Amino acid sequence: MLQRVYDWVDERLDITPMWRDIADHEVPEHVNPAHHFSAFVYCFGGLTFFITVIQILSGMFLTMYYVPDIVNAHESVKYLQGDVAFGTIVRGMHHWGASLVIVMIFLHTLRVFFTGAYKKPRELNWVVGVLIFFVMLGLGFTGYLLPWDMKAYFATVVGLQIAESVPLVGTLTKTLLAGDPEIIGAQTLTRFFAIHVFFLPGALLGLLAAHFIMIRKQGISGPL
Amino acid sequence: MSDEQNHNVSRRQFLTYTLTGVGGFMAAGIILPMARFAIDPVLQAETEGDMKAVTDVSELTENPQRFDFSYEQVDAWVTSEVTETAFIYRSGEEIVALSNTCTHLGCKVSWGSSSDHPNQFYCPCHGGRYEKDGTNIEGTPPTEPLHRYVVEVREGTVYVGKAEPQV
Ligand code: HEM
Ligand code: FES
Repeated sequence: MLQRVYDWVDERLDITPMWRDIADHEVPEHVNPAHHFSAFVYCFGGLTFFITVIQILSGMFLTMYYVPDIVNAHESVKYLQGDVAFGTIVRGMHHWGASLVIVMIFLHTLRVFFTGAYKKPRELNWVVGVLIFFVMLGLGFTGYLLPWDMKAYFATVVGLQIAESVPLVGTLTKTLLAGDPEIIGAQTLTRFFAIHVFFLPGALLGLLAAHFIMIRKQGISGPL
Repeated sequence: MSDEQNHNVSRRQFLTYTLTGVGGFMAAGIILPMARFAIDPVLQAETEGDMKAVTDVSELTENPQRFDFSYEQVDAWVTSEVTETAFIYRSGEEIVALSNTCTHLGCKVSWGSSSDHPNQFYCPCHGGRYEKDGTNIEGTPPTEPLHRYVVEVREGTVYVGKAEPQV
């Protein structure tokens, strides 16, 4: 049945070359854990992406109940976690995934570093990778405020003080992030929400696309 | 390929099956909790409308009178007080409580507010009219009678539940 649907579409649109071009490559022996178990270090990039997908999916579902407003934010998180079926699981995925994605991107970076995969001609992809890392940190920072509890609030107070300590542009940066020169409140929460669910995920998807297109073009770096 | 080989599972097939199986299991483990989370409102057990105290039985007459009553409404994390209006009258032994929401497009009706039709419910929006028992009058916009509240009398107090369609 599936085969026939596929054939029907393929006959009209010739999709086979498209997915083959994207997905059909031989896995080099030196990155295949079935050949050398130590090659599992090559999995960390894929695992980072896997968890990113989980973050995006679970985040989309959380926004069905979450409201970015100082009066209701905490109550809505309490409700979605405590009263909605599987709320603990869906919030848990996002909560733990946020830490795990950083662990994975770090391990992936270590692999790239110690296999020397950042060397010519792959310097640009290292740069894009570092940008992805910054975007992830940004997502972690902005997401952390959203539950609007004491921990969230004071973590952001400290984070914004760090931003403020930057010479020359510090005060400006802080006001821009918090939405007010003094108060960390209503405007801070809506801004962080917008940055967390629209701006940074958008940037992240663009960077990931660049990352993967470059890998596809250049192939995986050779064995040590 | 000989027939015998055809019955064996090739290495490629085995890998296809196991990887698809394990992959499908993992995908389901991720997607199902989120799907159940999303459809929760549909699966919430319907809360039985509590009975709300409205007035004393002694207040009621044979004529429909307007009674406002308020109660707490729990909407996820927001609890608020909402007010509803019922027109209530005695009809022999029976107590009739009608919703004031017009069944045409939802405006609010009132009793006898049209001087041409003092003994009918009248809706100012499109001139919808109803008999005393809530029956919609042929030739006016509403297509069904006013909804009727479930009524209960306990120790001289009138309680109403949910307004339900009369048809
Ligand atoms: C790599 C991507 C992401 C990371 C690292 C991340 C990180 C975080 C963190 C650390 C929190 C606080 C969680 C907690 O304290 O329990 C959070 C909350 C939240 N995130 Fe994300 N996030 C990501 C992507 C997304 C996306 C794409 C969306 C929506 C489209 C989203 C929507 C939300 C919402 C609504 C909350 C508030 C609910 C809650 O606190 O449980 N996130 N995020
Ligand atoms: S809403 Fe009452 S007549 Fe149209």
